[in-house]
Amino acid sequence: MSSSPITGRNQDRDSNVEPGDDARLDEHVDPLGLDEHGAGNDSPGEVKTAAAVTAQTGVTTVQASLLSDAWRQLRRNKVFLVASLILLVLVVMAVFPQAFTRVDPRACNLSLSKRPPSASAWFGNDLQGCDYYSNVIYGARVSMLIGVVVVGASLVLGVVLGAIAGFYGGWFDTLVARITDIAYGIPTILGSILILNAFKERSLWTVALALVALGWMTILRLLRSSVISVKDSDYVQAARALGANDRRMIMTHILPNALAPVFVYSTIAVGGIIAAEATLSFLGIGLQLPAISWGLQISQGQSLLRTAPHLLLFPSLFLSVTVLCFILLGDALRDALDPKLR
Amino acid sequence: MGRYIARRLLLAIPVLIGASLLIFSMVYALPGDPIRALAGDRPLPPAVQAELRERYHLDDPLVVQYGKYVTGLVHGDLGTDFRGVAVSDTIKQRLPITVKLALVALAFEAVFGLLAGILAGIRKGSVFDNLVLVTTIAVVSVPVFVLAFLGQYTLGLKLKLFPISGIETTYSYLLPGFVLASLSLAYVARLTRTSLVENLRNDYVRTAKAKGLSPRLVVGKHTMRNSLIPVVTFLGADLGALLSGAIVTEGIFNIPGLGRTTFQAVRSQEGAVIVGIVTLFVFFYIFFNLVVDVLYAALDPRIRYE
Repeated sequence: MSSSPITGRNQDRDSNVEPGDDARLDEHVDPLGLDEHGAGNDSPGEVKTAAAVTAQTGVTTVQASLLSDAWRQLRRNKVFLVASLILLVLVVMAVFPQAFTRVDPRACNLSLSKRPPSASAWFGNDLQGCDYYSNVIYGARVSMLIGVVVVGASLVLGVVLGAIAGFYGGWFDTLVARITDIAYGIPTILGSILILNAFKERSLWTVALALVALGWMTILRLLRSSVISVKDSDYVQAARALGANDRRMIMTHILPNALAPVFVYSTIAVGGIIAAEATLSFLGIGLQLPAISWGLQISQGQSLLRTAPHLLLFPSLFLSVTVLCFILLGDALRDALDPKLR
Repeated sequence: MGRYIARRLLLAIPVLIGASLLIFSMVYALPGDPIRALAGDRPLPPAVQAELRERYHLDDPLVVQYGKYVTGLVHGDLGTDFRGVAVSDTIKQRLPITVKLALVALAFEAVFGLLAGILAGIRKGSVFDNLVLVTTIAVVSVPVFVLAFLGQYTLGLKLKLFPISGIETTYSYLLPGFVLASLSLAYVARLTRTSLVENLRNDYVRTAKAKGLSPRLVVGKHTMRNSLIPVVTFLGADLGALLSGAIVTEGIFNIPGLGRTTFQAVRSQEGAVIVGIVTLFVFFYIFFNLVVDVLYAALDPRIRYE
């Protein structure tokens, strides 16, 4: 297969189709660049919807087989299965913490302060005597939410700006590139400290805002460069020749082929963002009490290292496993989506 | 080479201006109250607030404010903390300790990171290789502060191998230095391994082997040269992680450098100290990336002729 609709790494980019070059066009009308499957034999003047072409030439099966190829590889990948299973549990934990514990995390009994783990309180009790197991369970929500919100917002920002900058080039591209350079000059944690320092009340949304403000650049760069590498492909030129407008070319032809590296990065980035939130909360400039977050719990437990190490152990464990799972998931996705590695 | 360096320097100017503008707007132009950002949690009497507004030129137009802020930076004026000590004096006093810790960390990264990467790379697929891959991915996913507590608890409290607080001797730098290095160490090992494995497939390596050179020469002289290029680039970008890591590590291990000063300033909400030191860190970061860019060109002639 010469090109992959998933990653957009088109290897036969030697021929550049000029609009109006009929002889060439005759061979390259297939918007998905898969002319060995017979799509290239349609007459050049005929404008078709992607669905029509798909239905007529059976490209659906080809595309599906590529996706199912990736899926088949993922299904065999034990690391992927374990990581997604754990993440699934964590997502359920974030949405329905009540499914895991009936104990209210804020119902505390001071006489139980710093009790080590036991049969009645699996993770022991914290300084205020609250049940630590239910606190750690409830902590999943903040981490998951902030990871998804920050990466989601960065995706929207990065994909829209990256696609426009990569597709049109020109002054907008230059401007975006310069702004990206500048934002890259500021390390995420250091910059977040500066931003968050200006807020007295810090909620999950304030922390998310700071992390988005300093974390959108990589997605934009990845998308921009893969749009640039895809946009001159034969099938995009063919779509242009067929009269597709810019929006259509970007949305249906370029983006699907340029998104794979972005998705791989985003998956790993969720882990990084979760760690960043925990670090900020640990430092005391992220979330504030009475919010329930693993970073805050570790921060609270740090002075009790000698007397109650379990207060550090459990949130640290949950935090590290969550981050690890996102990294492993991203790794597995990369292996499955990048044909170069196969 | 000269032209390349000149171009890099010119490109750094907009980044510096942009970064200072960004920092300025983060601290002074955000919707939050800048006085609050500088003063912390405690409410200030109106007279003090007025004096602060005067001192930080808050009643001037933003452009004038920015101009005065930059002038202050250029003159090394980073404000004063609550005890009236100039932040720049604190920095002068604390910086050597942080630099020492960073050097220890860098040494760990260079020695253990490279060694693990090389050994894993030349024996791709071996038990050691897999061990390196698994350990590094585990280390990458554990946040620095968790690792610090883990080190403190096991190596410090339980095994009593290292002191867990303070800097009485150079020996006490080892554990915090290692914790600070751990994340980058893992990246260095992985990067070295990947680029070594890639380069060992090249024709020139086969030629060197065919000539009858010893494996040590093939790897050490012919392959390493090319494999180190991405590692060196990484070390520049990595300084950001090292600096923010220093805030956490110094805070936890009670090392009186710039990191702990920031750590404590965050906890006691001393805005001027936070802003001063973090600004300095950001400029360090930009400067070192510039140095790395130039180094990169010295290592890889292809870069110069782009």
